[in-house]
Amino acid sequence: MYLLEVEDVVKQYSGHRALDGVSLKVPENSVYGLLGPNGAGKTTLIRIINCITAPDSGTLRFNGKKMTSSDVQFIGYLPEERGLYKKMKVGEQAIYLARLKGLSKQDALKELKYWFSKFEIEAWWDKKIEELSKGMAQKIQFITTILHRPKLLIFDEPFSGFDPVNAELLKREIWELKQNGATIIFSTHNMASVEELCENISLVNRSKIVLQGSVAEIRAAHTTRSFLVKTKESLGTCELFSIQESKETRSGRIESKIQKTSDCTNNELLKAISKQSEILSFEELLPSMNDIFIKAVQ
Amino acid sequence: MNKIGIIIQREYSTRVMKKSFIVMTFLTPIFFILLILLPGWLATLEDDSQKHIVVIDRTGLYQNALKNNEIYNFEFTRKSIDELRNAAKEKSEFTALLLISENLAENPKAATLYYEKQIGMELSTYIAGQLNKYIEEQNLGALNIPNIKQLIDSSKSDVSITGIKWSAEGEEKAASAELAFAIGMVLAMMIYMFIVMYGTQVMTGVVQEKTNRIVEVIISSVRPFDLMMGKIIGIALVGLTQFAMWLLLTGFGLTLVQGLFGAATTNNAVSDIALMQGMENMNMADAEHFMELFLSFNWFQTIVLFIIFFLGGYLLYASFFAAIGSAVDNETDANQFTFPIMLPIILAIFAAIYAVRNPESTASFWFSIIPFTSPVVMMVRLPFDVPTWQIIMSIGILIASFIGSTWLAAKIYRTGILMYGKKITWKELWKWLKNS
Repeated sequence: MYLLEVEDVVKQYSGHRALDGVSLKVPENSVYGLLGPNGAGKTTLIRIINCITAPDSGTLRFNGKKMTSSDVQFIGYLPEERGLYKKMKVGEQAIYLARLKGLSKQDALKELKYWFSKFEIEAWWDKKIEELSKGMAQKIQFITTILHRPKLLIFDEPFSGFDPVNAELLKREIWELKQNGATIIFSTHNMASVEELCENISLVNRSKIVLQGSVAEIRAAHTTRSFLVKTKESLGTCELFSIQESKETRSGRIESKIQKTSDCTNNELLKAISKQSEILSFEELLPSMNDIFIKAVQ
Repeated sequence: MNKIGIIIQREYSTRVMKKSFIVMTFLTPIFFILLILLPGWLATLEDDSQKHIVVIDRTGLYQNALKNNEIYNFEFTRKSIDELRNAAKEKSEFTALLLISENLAENPKAATLYYEKQIGMELSTYIAGQLNKYIEEQNLGALNIPNIKQLIDSSKSDVSITGIKWSAEGEEKAASAELAFAIGMVLAMMIYMFIVMYGTQVMTGVVQEKTNRIVEVIISSVRPFDLMMGKIIGIALVGLTQFAMWLLLTGFGLTLVQGLFGAATTNNAVSDIALMQGMENMNMADAEHFMELFLSFNWFQTIVLFIIFFLGGYLLYASFFAAIGSAVDNETDANQFTFPIMLPIILAIFAAIYAVRNPESTASFWFSIIPFTSPVVMMVRLPFDVPTWQIIMSIGILIASFIGSTWLAAKIYRTGILMYGKKITWKELWKWLKNS
């Protein structure tokens, strides 16, 4: 079951095509990564999902039905360029934003009480945003994004502007939201967080999707069939593998990077190695998302 | 409550709660009342110190021309100017020094007044008046016609025109062009002020939302059009609130003053206003009559039309201000775009000044029909009884125009609010209009 289905979306701006036949499917209750370098079209796609801009062609389906502008109340969106009214009080502002998402005043107040006590920030209620630090304001912004318990959460570069402590807190909260049934889309070029959080990704480059699928599959597909082996004695090339790199560690072990040269199984490979030396450790070298990203984009 | 309502509520309440709004709302009526009452009150304060004027009359002709009264005391001296000036350096014993160097009948500019501290207009007016009267009498005497003074006095006349207008019902109704003039100008200035003041507020509001970067959060919940309209309507309500408060507080204040100090205070004040408008020769009875006129003026109709034209003009201009606010990144960049928008409003004020003197002319008619100037110019024409069809036509065109301008502005706004870091040109704006 997919919560969001984007099909063949095209968006043309004067001068350039921001999205060119983009399709993606976000499974319900998953964490989905929308990757791509700056200017690839991520933000345009997110704005289309949020009904901020309309696509020139293509369809969007939300929860199995054709998406309408009333569906935005089930979406929580934290834009990359975010901010709040500086002169408005924290509590008032949070209630205002929640009401715009369709919550009643009472419900908004109830939810806010919960989150303010969870983050232990009750004392900020009557403060103006301009009196808060940037990190504090980001917390408020996060709360206002998730207050109406959206089915779909879209975070555009969520960790920019957060210090490591708060970024960790944010990750934990996002994880908890997922446990509670929310579907989450991350838009980012921070690959480390993708490997950690996302199950599926789409890599957008120059208005098109160049790579799509589950993180595990993509990494497997991009395998260079390389392995890192630690042995007691140094290895020599045989018909099953070639040695790309070999060095002696300080403890006298030999660490080698080898590459399969035939379609053998890993067990056969291990056997071939064990003939030459005792094996201390054996690990497949999967390319990091970062490598895949750079390779795909180039 | 629907979303546009929530936005209107926020725009309204944050502005009405602002200190500057509260101060403006309460201080302005006090200022109005003072403006009405102060001249009257000042007139009752007499400067009781006697003014001492030293006169050097080189001709020796005007010993009897300047009469002393309770304020002015003239002293003729034979000392030279330098002597007097040096003496004055140590201790000033006179307010001013009058030097008459030649025969004034031959050279009317031969009288000069010297003073150290700034003196009022009154003194020079008084001296000029006295000298003129004296010289005139002398001249008449020189003609050698018996009883000439009495003849001239009896031939003088003092005409004042009473305006009585026949209304459509044939019933006589006293009308005063001066009153219409004053009311028209005040209303026109107020509409002008409201449009500029609240139109600019719309613009800064939009710019702030953009620079705060909250705008993308909000338009992920509501349509950009709702956000723009919510802001425009919210601020319009702030303007109406302020207008209503001013009306109420000024009315209340004046009633209070009248109750405390008697009707004379306000009548006095009215006659002072009349004086300021250039209506001399107004006595107490006239002032009462004026007050009567003032109260019998069709205020209900005027205020209703004021509100309609204010809203129409404001909506027309505010949508342009919103479009500009959305296109720029900060308030300073907005200036180059506000100028072309301010131009017609400023033109409207000049047109109003013209129309108040020629309310029935063709130009005045057109200025009160063209939507960019009509809200201001129509206010000036209203007290002179504009035909109903003209008012209806003007309002109709105004409504059609602001619907059109809002539609256009919304297109620019939608594109503009999400556009950062781009230097905007008119050409760029035109492209946005065409493409959205």
